[in-house]
Amino acid sequence: MIRDTDIIIVDDQRRDLSLAERFYLPQIGQGLSVTFRRMIGRRLTVQYPEVAREPRLQDDLTDPHSQINASRYRGVHRLNRDADGRVACVACFMCGTACPAHCIHIEAAESPWPDREKYPAKFDIDELRCIYCGMCEEACPVDAIELTYEYDVVGRSRQEMIFDKEKLLEVYDRTKDIKPRKNPRITGYAGTGSPDHQPPRPTGDEH
Amino acid sequence: MLDFLNNQLVFSLVLMLVVIGAVNGAVAYCIYFERKIAGWIQERYGPNRVGFFGLFRNFHFWGLGQPIADGLKLFLKEDVIPACVDRPLYVLAPTLVFTIATIIIAVIPWGGWVDLDGDGSWDVVAQVANPDIGLLYFLGVASIGVYGVVLGGWASNNKYSLYGGMRGAAQMLSYEVPMGLAILVVVISTGQLRLEGIILGQVGGGNVWNVAVHPLAFIVLVITQFAETARAPFDLTECEQELVGGFHTEYSSMKFALYFLAEYAHMITNSALLCVLFLGGWHLPWVPGLQPEDTSIWAMIFKMLVLSAKIAFFIFLYMWVRWTLPRFRFDQLMRLAWRGLVPAGMGVTALAALMVYFNVPKADSWLIKVVFGLAGNAAILLLAVLFVGLTKGKATGRQTNLSDLDLVSPARPATAPVGGPSA
Repeated sequence: MIRDTDIIIVDDQRRDLSLAERFYLPQIGQGLSVTFRRMIGRRLTVQYPEVAREPRLQDDLTDPHSQINASRYRGVHRLNRDADGRVACVACFMCGTACPAHCIHIEAAESPWPDREKYPAKFDIDELRCIYCGMCEEACPVDAIELTYEYDVVGRSRQEMIFDKEKLLEVYDRTKDIKPRKNPRITGYAGTGSPDHQPPRPTGDEH
Repeated sequence: MLDFLNNQLVFSLVLMLVVIGAVNGAVAYCIYFERKIAGWIQERYGPNRVGFFGLFRNFHFWGLGQPIADGLKLFLKEDVIPACVDRPLYVLAPTLVFTIATIIIAVIPWGGWVDLDGDGSWDVVAQVANPDIGLLYFLGVASIGVYGVVLGGWASNNKYSLYGGMRGAAQMLSYEVPMGLAILVVVISTGQLRLEGIILGQVGGGNVWNVAVHPLAFIVLVITQFAETARAPFDLTECEQELVGGFHTEYSSMKFALYFLAEYAHMITNSALLCVLFLGGWHLPWVPGLQPEDTSIWAMIFKMLVLSAKIAFFIFLYMWVRWTLPRFRFDQLMRLAWRGLVPAGMGVTALAALMVYFNVPKADSWLIKVVFGLAGNAAILLLAVLFVGLTKGKATGRQTNLSDLDLVSPARPATAPVGGPSA
């Protein structure tokens, strides 16, 4: 049996109740007034699909519930284009290696362009298998794969939800105005960066 | 046109159909409003999608079709009867609880006396039954209501259900004592048990609503009604967290729905009792059409609407409190009843008896009653403050720690190793 003398109270925050607290009712009235203010106050629910949250790069703190932060939201993927409109991916397989759900399937081929060795002949992402963790985006050395703010992706079959290269590039075209491509700051590899961050481009005459 | 109604039996039958239909419809919509109010308090909207048969593409009637969809869903669900239940009692319990919640409605005085043929006499009363012992009937039948909970808990053959049922029984027994005392106040001052008579004792010249004379009794009765309907913060019978739903853990489909509907039907009838005993029933002061002299059929409908509005306020209060207060612990529940409400109830009953001794309820002026009543209530409150002020209360609300002298074996110093041999 544990006796009171066996108990060492380290931080005794118990205090005597006030008279009002011991009569319950005044405190209950206080609680009711709090909930009543909530009841007549503003609703925070967004009435999707009639109202959709607006994607933005910067938070507008005056109304944080009506927006999605496009810079950090992890929705459907996209494959970025470089300054020339070509697919920015260099088929290095880093995203597929990092992917914990094994949902990225890449087939590499020799690049038709002189500024890189490989490019993806096929690039499929199974959007049903993906867990939207964003590790592919972190792994990518040229920032070619990114997660966007789009979340309302639907399909009528599983096959339809496997996004191929063209579909992923379409997502880029759709979302680039609101969420521009990041600059590839890690390597500046080849000519895959965006126009305002161009490393010197190899001409192909060196070989 | 309305001649056939000029007979209490026919009138009661018609009223019965109307009232049962109205109450059952109201019960369905109570569930809708419960969810709405829960949503509002939590800064949500609550159900707002189910309209009527998709009548309009972008307008959902504020989700008013939700109860119909819910009812349909419950009807179509599989009715599971677990293998080892006590079958007759298992089936009987939800039926019993809903039947009892419904037959209480019989004595609620909805609209006062009606003069149908216009000859100045009071022909029929807008009440399904108007017995001399209306209040006694109400209390007796309402007390059977706890059987449904206890039987359901017992028949389910589930320890959590049984706990729920036992808690229900202990709680109802405890709270019926202060409830009886608070109701006794009204009975003593009115001198009768007939519910329509109790309303008539609060209206008209020289009379005043009982709540103005006995506010403490009213508060005690409101609290006990929360406990009697097992609504939060007194819903220990169905603690989701500890008892997995309590007495209705094993119930599914329409049997579960009956328990659910009975809870709301109980709220409606208990709110009606509160209105009749303390808030003048269908009466509002100074409003024409709501006085006992107004006996036309239209006045009756107006009175019914006023009583319904008062009931709706209490239903709202039930829901508002439910989404505000956390549940009591069981010892706190018992303490509130036996150390808080029972002494308060005794105080107000003594006050009512004192007022009868001085003939106050028979006084000509309502001012005398109010002044006498409020002075008495203030005295009771002062006594309570003095009593409570003399004792100490810890924030945890638990029993105070035992002193060493209370222990059987001699106390050890605090530094002694825990679990060591005692001296």
